Parts: sequence; structure tokens; C-alpha cells
Amino acid sequence: MKPDAWIRLLVVAAFIGAIELLCRTGVIPYAVMIPPSEMVVELVAILRSGEMTVDIAATFGNVVVATLIVVVLGFVAGLAIHAAPWLRLSVEPLLASYYSVPTFMFYPVFIVLFGIGSAPIIAIAVLLAIVAMITATLNGLDRIPNVLRKTARIHRMSRVSTALLVELPAAAPYLFTGVKLAVAYCFIGVIASEFILSGSGLGYEIAYAYNNFENRKMYALMLLVLASVTLVNMVLNTIDNRLQARQRR
Amino acid sequence: MDVRSGPSATEAHAVIKGVTRVFRLPSGAALHALGPIDLELKRGEFFAVVGPSGCGKSTLLDVLAGLAAPTEGTAMFEGKPIAGVPDGVGVVFQEDASFPWLTVEDNVAFGLRRAGVDAAETKRRVDYAIGFMGLRDFAGAYPSQLSGGMRQRVCIARTLVLQPRLILLDEPFGALDQQTRLLMGDELLRLWRETSATVLLITHALDEAAMLSDRVGVMSARPGMFIDFVETGWERDRDSRVVSKPHFGEITARLWNKLRSETMKIMGVADRAPDAARKSA
Repeated sequence: MKPDAWIRLLVVAAFIGAIELLCRTGVIPYAVMIPPSEMVVELVAILRSGEMTVDIAATFGNVVVATLIVVVLGFVAGLAIHAAPWLRLSVEPLLASYYSVPTFMFYPVFIVLFGIGSAPIIAIAVLLAIVAMITATLNGLDRIPNVLRKTARIHRMSRVSTALLVELPAAAPYLFTGVKLAVAYCFIGVIASEFILSGSGLGYEIAYAYNNFENRKMYALMLLVLASVTLVNMVLNTIDNRLQARQRR
Repeated sequence: MDVRSGPSATEAHAVIKGVTRVFRLPSGAALHALGPIDLELKRGEFFAVVGPSGCGKSTLLDVLAGLAAPTEGTAMFEGKPIAGVPDGVGVVFQEDASFPWLTVEDNVAFGLRRAGVDAAETKRRVDYAIGFMGLRDFAGAYPSQLSGGMRQRVCIARTLVLQPRLILLDEPFGALDQQTRLLMGDELLRLWRETSATVLLITHALDEAAMLSDRVGVMSARPGMFIDFVETGWERDRDSRVVSKPHFGEITARLWNKLRSETMKIMGVADRAPDAARKSA
């Protein structure tokens, strides 16, 4: 591990240690927060009991479905916008200001359209994440060096072969940045939506535990969400770093 | 001047007749970039093109490569009109065209695999090209792990394995330092001797053109037309050491004398050379 990684680890460990100390000494009252070590113990107990398995599966299932929709739709929309300069000219300012819109305010509309269940949750997550994927696709296509397309022509490659064997791999690092953002936004979209329009899932269970003063359960589930996104991000970052390193010229 | 003992064949390999290229600008105005231009490349000849910036050198190469169609005139390769990239033509660009997601070995094998050459033959040709270009120790490396000169060698090797009969080089050493350029020039000459391919080299470096080629075409400012052809008279078996010969200086001087006024036209400056110098030119 590099020195900067050790320092980063030390900062996180020191922060957790400080919270543990503040909780144990009573500076942070038990009713407000339980010590991190107890969060771990409670989480292990919850996972062993299997009481949350359905909720965990529902949340992760929704994240996976939403991410797949975002990646496919975002990529196709990005391709279409890139192929039509007039469309790009008119759409780009909208894309740039998209994230100033609080997407969650549309939740009543989605309930009316899709009813209660996974559909409105996935719809909100898709709405939240799709522009990041479209933007990454446009960026990736913009950055394909023209000389690579010329090289494909010299090799007398068809349009499809050029797209699959030259343009796609050349844009892959930028597309992957879009995938990374899509996963992060989908996690946010799904869990936040579960707070307000669901009867199951980790977001719903956290809100339920909070409303019933079940602090141990609430913090344990929050820890589960944190650990999951950290793990997913670490895997995605490792792949991203490899792709970026190859692209460096 | 040395007696030229270059390629014995005098058969026309690629021919350009009355070619012009006119671009339509976004404003609707027409930009006359090239020609009318005539050129005949003999089989096995090493021909270099020099000219001021923006004179249409790369456009000429694009026409020969089949990457751009002439607005007027005809371009032929091996007796057939050029429509699209012809079989047997290889191009090396100035920019790094190596595929960053492939290793050196896979980069070099790319065209052969595309052409459906069997695995054993692909390996044989790739091994030879990688060895020829001095990349044997880097066969498994990615382009990001190589220097600019090595990446350009990967691109040359990728072209070489396809055994092109006409090699078009668009300022392939433009981004390299002078020493590396001289050595790459040696490798290019070695490649040319071994393959007997016809070579067209676009360059802005007069010394490179004078050292490498059998014949140099000097182009005018836009619209680019040939204003002079200079026979270098070098032996076919030559290398970068020709730069120490007095004849090298004579060729370079002649090229510069032709190019000086054209470059000034591009820059929009008047010729303020002393009268004596002008007369000797």
C-alpha cells in the first residue's frame, strides 16, 4: 500500500476511534448514537438472524436494475445526441443544469404512474443517474482521437467493426466513469426513495427503526449501507484506475 | 554528385493526374487546398514531400491513401483508380495511433487478425516486426508504458506486418527529438530496403527529406503544387551518416532556397535577404 493510502486509512481509523471514545465516555449520549463497535455487533446479529434478507435483496435488486437501465439508456441516448449535432446544441444546456432540479419532488407523480413497489423507486433512481451516464458517454465519444478512426479506415474496417473494436475500447475509460457515477446515484436514489415511498428495503427499515427508537438496528443498517457502497466503490475504482492508466499517453 | 543506383524499376506504381482538392468551409466559402497536381511514384522509390505549413501535404497523402477523394483529377495505384483505401497501402500518421488498450504484440497483430491471417503466420510476422523495430523486450507492454518514439515504432511495425507495397508516412517523426529522428530514419531506410516497398514521406524537416529519399518534391504555398523535384542521388544502401557529406548540404540548401519564398508567402512577410544572397540562391 502507498503512503497516501496508509494516511487515508489512519484518518478513517482515527475518526472511528474518536466516535467510539466519545460514545463510550458519554459525551455523545447512547440515545443519540451507539458506539461503532456495537453497530458491528448488531449488524452481525441482524445478518445471522436473516430477518433483513428480503429487504437487503430488495434494495440491492433495485440498485442493480436501476443501474442496468441507466447504463443502457444513458449510453444509447449519449450516442444519439452525439450523432446529431443540432440535437446536442439544444440539449446540452439542459443537461448542464439538470442537477439543479430536486428530482425527489417528482415522487407523487411516479406513485401515480407506477403505483407502490419497486417501479417508482427504480424510476427515481434512473431519473437521478441517467444524465451522468449521458454526459460521460458524450465525453468519451468526444475524446476518441481522430487518428484512431483514420487507422480503422486504413484497416478497411466496417462502421460496426470500427465502433466495436476501436471506438468503444477508446471511450471505455470515460464510459466507465459514467458507470461509476450511475452506481453511486442509483444507491442514493433507491435508498432515499425507500424512505418515502416503500414498505420494504434498507431505506424503509432504517426509517422504521428511527421512528420506533430502535437505535441499534438503525445504526447497524446504516453501517451496512456504508460498508456496501464503500466495497462497491473500491471494486469500481480499481477497474477505473486500470483503465485510466492504460489510456495515459 | 553520386551516381544514383536506387531502385532499378521505373514502372509507375502510384500516379496522380490533375488532382485538386477544394474544401467547403462552414461559412460556405470554398478553400482551394491542393493542386492541380501531377505526381508519378516509381515502384520501389523513396519519395519525400516538403512544403510550407498548410500547403496540402497531408491532403495529398489522404488522396493517395484513399481517405479523401480528389475534387478533380485522378489518383491511381497499381493501375487502378483509388476509391477507398486500396489493398496494399499502409499509412503511418504523425499522431500516436497505437491502441492504448492493447499490448504491443496485440497492436502489431491487429491488422493481421482483422485480415484473417492464421495464428502461426501472424505470430511469425509479429515476432519479426517486433524484433525489427527493437521492441522485443516490450512485447507485453501497453503503449502507456512506452516512450513516444517506441509508440511510433509500434505503429510502424503494425503497418510493416501487413507487407504494404506502398507505405505513406505523414510526418511520422514530427514529435520526436533530433537524435531519435535520425535513428528512426535509419530504421525506416532498413525497412524500405528489406521490403522493396514504395515510400512516400511527408515531412517538414528538410534534413529528413534530404537524408532519406531518392527524390524530394517541393510544394508551393496553398493551393499546394509541386514547384521542384530534387533527385538526391544517394545509393540505395545508405543511412543517417550521409548528413556528414557535402552533397547533403547541397540538397538541403536547394530545398530551402525553393521553400524560403513559399514559407514567407504563408507568413505574409517580404523577402529582406541581402542582394548577394538572393543572387546566389
